Amino acid sequence: MIIALQLYLTEIRLSFLTVQAVSHQYAGTDVKVLNNVVLPIQENEFFTLLGPSGCGKTTLLRVLAGFEVPTQGKVLLDGQDIVRIPPWKRPVNTVFQNYALFPHLSILRNVTFGLKMRGMSRAARHKAAHDALALVRLEAFVDRMPSDLSGGQQQRVALARALACKPRLLLLDEPLSALDYKLRKEMQGELKRIQQETGTTFVFVTHDQEEALAMSDRIAVMQQGRLEQVGPPSDIYDRPATPFVAGFIGDSNLLPAEPGAGGRLYLSGGTDLGVPGAAEAQVMIRPEALKIDTDGPLSGVVNDLVYSGAATRFGVTLNDGSGTVQIQQPSASVSGISIGDLVSVAFDPNQLWVLDR
Amino acid sequence: MLIMVFVSLVERAPDGGVVWGRFTTVAYTQFFYEENLLGEMSFNSDYMQIYLRSILLAGFTVLATFVVGFPTAMYVAMQEPGRRALLIFFLSLPFWVNLLVRNYAWLLLLRANGLLDQALMGLWITSEPLNILYSNTAIAIGLTYSFLPLMVLPIYAAMEKFDFSLVEAAFDLGANRVQVLMHVIIPGVKGGIIAGCLLVFIPGLGSYVTPVLLGGSKSLMIGNLIEAQFAAARNWPFGAALAFVLLLMVVLAALLRALLLRHRQRVAP
Repeated sequence: MIIALQLYLTEIRLSFLTVQAVSHQYAGTDVKVLNNVVLPIQENEFFTLLGPSGCGKTTLLRVLAGFEVPTQGKVLLDGQDIVRIPPWKRPVNTVFQNYALFPHLSILRNVTFGLKMRGMSRAARHKAAHDALALVRLEAFVDRMPSDLSGGQQQRVALARALACKPRLLLLDEPLSALDYKLRKEMQGELKRIQQETGTTFVFVTHDQEEALAMSDRIAVMQQGRLEQVGPPSDIYDRPATPFVAGFIGDSNLLPAEPGAGGRLYLSGGTDLGVPGAAEAQVMIRPEALKIDTDGPLSGVVNDLVYSGAATRFGVTLNDGSGTVQIQQPSASVSGISIGDLVSVAFDPNQLWVLDR
Repeated sequence: MLIMVFVSLVERAPDGGVVWGRFTTVAYTQFFYEENLLGEMSFNSDYMQIYLRSILLAGFTVLATFVVGFPTAMYVAMQEPGRRALLIFFLSLPFWVNLLVRNYAWLLLLRANGLLDQALMGLWITSEPLNILYSNTAIAIGLTYSFLPLMVLPIYAAMEKFDFSLVEAAFDLGANRVQVLMHVIIPGVKGGIIAGCLLVFIPGLGSYVTPVLLGGSKSLMIGNLIEAQFAAARNWPFGAALAFVLLLMVVLAALLRALLLRHRQRVAP
C-alpha cells in the first residue's frame, strides 16, 4: 500500500503536467462540474479527455487554458502551480471548437497574432507563421481572409495559429466536431502527424469514442465531473474499469453473473462462464466476441438483424433469462439466419471481462 | 434642399424674404468678407470662428460621449439578455423628456451658486462659484449629456453581434487586456463606433437648443447663427448659405465614414 502510494507520488512529481485534486463549481450552483480530478499528463503525449456532454471535460480544458480558476486544487506545469496565472501568460494555446479566427485579419495576421502580442520582430514572426502554415499545408493562403476559407481550412489555420506560438501544451476543444465525416477522418491523421512532428503535448477533448481510440496515446474517460478511468486505448476498450466505461466505449453486452461451483462465475441460467470469481459481478462481452454457432453453451431467439456489408449484427434474446445480447460477426458466416430463428451462441472465456457489480 | 440652394443665391429683400430671380453670390462672399460703409471689402473671420467653434464643440462631444459611451455599451453587452434590455431602457429614458427641459435642468445645475457650485463648495473643493454657465464648457457638458445615448446605442448594437469568444482566443494567444481591446474588440465593433460618432457629430454641429440655453452671447454655434439670419437679421440668402455650408460639412463627414468602412471591407486578393 505504502509502496503503491510512493510510486503514485513519484509519477505525479515526474509528470510534465499534473492536475492535482481539482474541483470546480460555477458560482451560484451547487453542482461540482469537476470533482477531485487527479491527472498526470506526460510530455509529448497525445492525451484525450473523453466523455458525454456535460461531463466536465470542457471545464477541465478551460482550467488548463486559464479561463476558469478552479475552486479547489492545483495545476502543475513543469512543477509550477499555474492556477493563478492568467491565460495570456501561460505557455498554453487552444484550438477552439468554433475556430475563433479574427474575421478582420488576414490568415497571415491571424497566425502572427500571438507572436506580435509577445513582441516578436516582424521578420521572425513571418517566418514562424510560414513554418506553421506549412505544417498544416496552407502556405498558399497567407493573404486570404478567414471568410474565404472552408471549415476544414479554417480549422487548420486555427491549429497553425496556436502552434506558431510554440506552446508547451496545446489544448484542442472538440476541433473536429464541425467537420463532415471524410474531412474528420483526414484531420485525425493530420493531427496525429503534426503532434508527432512538433513533439507538442496535446490535450484533446472529444465526445467521440472512435476518434479518441484512433488518435490517443492515453484516454481519460469522464462522467459527472469525475474520472472514470485513465489508460491507453486498448485498456479502455478491453478492460473497462466501470460499467459506465464499458457502456460508453464501443458496444458491449453486460450480463449479471453469480459465483458458483469451482470458484467460477455462472450466468443466472446456470451457464458456466469459465472465469474465476467469488462475488456477484457483471461480465462484459463485446458483440464481436460472441458467435452464432451450431453448438454453443447459450441459446436464444433472433429478434433483430442489421446487415451492414462486411458484418451483420444480431439481437438475440437468451432463453436463460439473462437478457438480450448484441452479436456481430462476418456476414458470410451467417447467411442463412433470419429473425425468429432459434440459434445457439458461443463465446471465448478469454474475451470476457469481469466488472464489480 | 434645392429651395435652400436657390435662396442662398438670390438677393435679399429689405424686409425679409428674397427678391426672386436676381441671382448673386453676395451671401457666400459675406461669409468671408464684410463691406464697410465706404463699400470696401475686408476679411472677416467672425463667421468662420463660429463654424470652427461648432466643429470643435461637436468634436469634443464625440470624444466625450465615446469615452463615456464605449465602456457603457461594452458593460451592457456583457450582461445577461434580460438585464441588457433593462439597462438599454434606462439608457434611452432621457429621450422621453424634451431636449429643452433636459438642457434647462443643466442650466439649474450649472448656474452660479447652482447645485454643482454648492456641492463643490460644500465639499471644500472650490471656494467660489465656477461660473461654468454661459460658456463653451457648459455647451460641451450639455451636448455630451444630450447625445450620449446616440453614441451608446450603435456601439451596443455592434457589441451584441460581436463574437466574444474572439476575446478568449486573443487572451489565449498572449494578448493582455489592453491589446485585446485595441486589436480585437475595437476593430470588431468599428462599424458601430463610426455610426455613433456620426450620429453625435452631425446633430452636435447643428445643435440649437443647448447653445441657446447654456451658451452665452459669446458662444454662438452654427444653428443659432442660421436662426438669427432668418429671424432677427431678416437675411434669408445668408441664412440659406450658412445652412448650405453646414450641409456640405455633414456630407463630408458621411463621405469620411464611407471611406473608413470601405477600408474595412477591402478583401485582399
